Amino acid sequence: MTAYIGSFLVLLAFLNAILLISSKPILSRFVPDYGSVILSSSKLQFPLTLFSFICLIASFLADDFSLKYVSSNSNSLLPYYYKISATWAGHEGSMLLWCLVLSLWTFLASIYSRDLEEDFRLKFLSIMGLLNLGFLAFLIFTSNPFDKNVSIPIDGKDLNPLLQDFGLIVHPPMLYMGYVGLSVVFSFAVTCLLKKDFKPEWAKWIRPWALISWSFLTLGIALGSWWAYYELGWGGWWFWDPVENASFMPWLITTALIHSLITCEQKSMFKNWTILLSIIAFSLSLLGTFLVRSGILTSVHSFANDPARGAFILLFLTIITGAALILYLKNSSKMNDKTSFTFFSKESFFLINNILLVTATFTILLGTMYPLILDIFGLEKISVGVPYYNAVFLPLMIPLVFLAGYIPILFSSKNRDMKDQAKYFFTSFIIILSLSFLSILLFDEYNLSVFIGLFLFLWIILNLIYELIKKIIITGNIQIFVKNIGMFMSHLGLAIFILGATMVENSKIEKEIILSLNEKVEINNYTFQFMNLAETEGPNYSAVIGHFRVFLDNNFITDMYPEKRLYNSSEMPMTEAGIDPGFTRDLYITLGTMIDQDKWSVRIYHKPLIRLIWIGALMMVLGGIFSVFSKKRKNSMVNAS
Amino acid sequence: MSNKLSLLAFTIFILLLYVGLDNNSRLVHSPLIDKKLPEFNLPILQSESQAKISTFPDDTFLLNVWASWCIECIREHQVLNLVVNDEKVRLIGINYKDSEADAVGWLNIYGNPYEYNIFDKDGELGIDLGVYGVPETFLVDKNKVIRAKYIGVISEDIYYNEILPTIEKIKDDY
Repeated sequence: MTAYIGSFLVLLAFLNAILLISSKPILSRFVPDYGSVILSSSKLQFPLTLFSFICLIASFLADDFSLKYVSSNSNSLLPYYYKISATWAGHEGSMLLWCLVLSLWTFLASIYSRDLEEDFRLKFLSIMGLLNLGFLAFLIFTSNPFDKNVSIPIDGKDLNPLLQDFGLIVHPPMLYMGYVGLSVVFSFAVTCLLKKDFKPEWAKWIRPWALISWSFLTLGIALGSWWAYYELGWGGWWFWDPVENASFMPWLITTALIHSLITCEQKSMFKNWTILLSIIAFSLSLLGTFLVRSGILTSVHSFANDPARGAFILLFLTIITGAALILYLKNSSKMNDKTSFTFFSKESFFLINNILLVTATFTILLGTMYPLILDIFGLEKISVGVPYYNAVFLPLMIPLVFLAGYIPILFSSKNRDMKDQAKYFFTSFIIILSLSFLSILLFDEYNLSVFIGLFLFLWIILNLIYELIKKIIITGNIQIFVKNIGMFMSHLGLAIFILGATMVENSKIEKEIILSLNEKVEINNYTFQFMNLAETEGPNYSAVIGHFRVFLDNNFITDMYPEKRLYNSSEMPMTEAGIDPGFTRDLYITLGTMIDQDKWSVRIYHKPLIRLIWIGALMMVLGGIFSVFSKKRKNSMVNAS
Repeated sequence: MSNKLSLLAFTIFILLLYVGLDNNSRLVHSPLIDKKLPEFNLPILQSESQAKISTFPDDTFLLNVWASWCIECIREHQVLNLVVNDEKVRLIGINYKDSEADAVGWLNIYGNPYEYNIFDKDGELGIDLGVYGVPETFLVDKNKVIRAKYIGVISEDIYYNEILPTIEKIKDDY
């Protein structure tokens, strides 16, 4: 019964979306007050989709295996919290989640757009409606989670064990909030194109939306990375997998966007460019969906593939992006866009920032698409791996990060005297360069990439903190700090992330060895002793648990318990890594395969400072959120006075 | 000019994706395709006799790998029961990593569309055939050469639009 209600609600949402988009072109001829229809239908979309989503969750909790989607992603033995998260573990349910998030953003856009001009607002919401309609059509016609089984199986096939994890509960919703948030920015940009204008106050209105989407994207990607680290058992944090790239490309473009929007708002410049970035950002998130759902590329994230789905998304992508691009080519020249600026200005550095980010995005796009292109032309299958990305991506990031540590302070001071600026620049450059030389002496190995990483870290941290302290001492008020706290947080987060990534990639130790019971192995002053093996039963799996005792310079520090699980329903073996997390280093053990009675192949990793990668990412997220709210507060203070 | 160029680039990009989509078929390029079936000697389910290469029919046939523990097989079985009725294809089963009692019970419940079932209790034939998930289906010609391999459930759509045309093409070649 719940399934029928859910199915019906999806259909209602679909009809409501049709009402939303047809109001302006059709209804307006008959009903003078068509605007209120648009406003209420854009809000109604959210409760309809939400209740349908709740119906799907209820079907999972009730073990309704008459639903094809439930029977292929759940099992009666699955714990209830995984039954809930299984709702978005497969293709159909995650598309419903996508529609839900999209309707939520539409709802928010409808509520918070009162400040916009009436006509602009209605057009903007109608375009949001069009996106809702497209995704609901995709859901209903190719991926309906409420489809029935031909015959009801006795039990479900179970959720893929990889996905039976806390990471899955939180990673997709966060990521979708980011991906789909970009639809607001996209619709806004297209509306600007229709109005042939992009006013500074519009830029100011859209920037918080871009920032929040960016924060969610950052969080979603960071959660995904953390989940892959502890659950996939590979011990890495980034794999340049096509699906990771699919999320990283919109992230890079959105990063460029939140910078170029500042220029739009303050100087009324880069209007066309910003609009183009908005279109590309959302198109890349559509492209990501296409790559993942069509099975066109192979990846750890493969869903059940169906060419019909791929064809639908491709059609949608073609229409949406194609129409936006044609509109852009037609109308962008009519916008009043100032393009003159002096070389030594914030604008020119933002332009460099944007060029670097966009170039980086396209190198990743090329790397992601290259195997596909070769495949189409019948050439051998290759995979583009880490060496490619290290060679093309990192060189672009070094100047970008260098700017991130300097530009914020360059233009914050009132003193625009070139000579003073240059003096400050060279002094800080030389001090930080020598500090980096000193700190690299702490390491056993000297190499260029560690040095560059350390330098960039110190460069951002010291410059920004020095600036902050100077500002607070000179002006004596905290206002400046509050105003820019978001920017400071995100840039410091970037620095911390860079330190973590540099250290892990350059001084990690990964050992694959065969150990018998009671045997010891020494890695980087740590001694690991294989104590014993025990068998145990989980709620829906049986497991072998290894016990390792770890000593540092012969002092006991911890016990570690890596697991090898066999899930009952799917007979699928899974590795649960034993991890001893620490601020300065992670110790990481996974059980490989049994070689002999009491003899196992084991992988032991020592990962210095790996936590900084996620701590840095979290700081960026907080930075993004702070910038939204600190700006809000500033505005309200201005209004009050 | 640059407008037209960027639209052209976008169109080419979309076309590329479209071609890539088409390229991606359920048909799996297994190294066994166009190779002869491996030699084996296994019991036949519900029978005293043994199955060998020589017991296969002198005709094009489907070799379907199934098991009673495989839930997807139930869905596929409904399609198989249906398609054997029109007698355009011969169907032989491989009962994979199963117990005899379970397998026979399962056939009693869901019907038996197979001419006979090879009882591959330990999965040895499965290993030789490179089976990595049940159900899987091989299309074999009368010279016992594997012509195609289908992974996953055979739906009516796949059967009528992919398998049957291939069978007819193979028969035309004789």
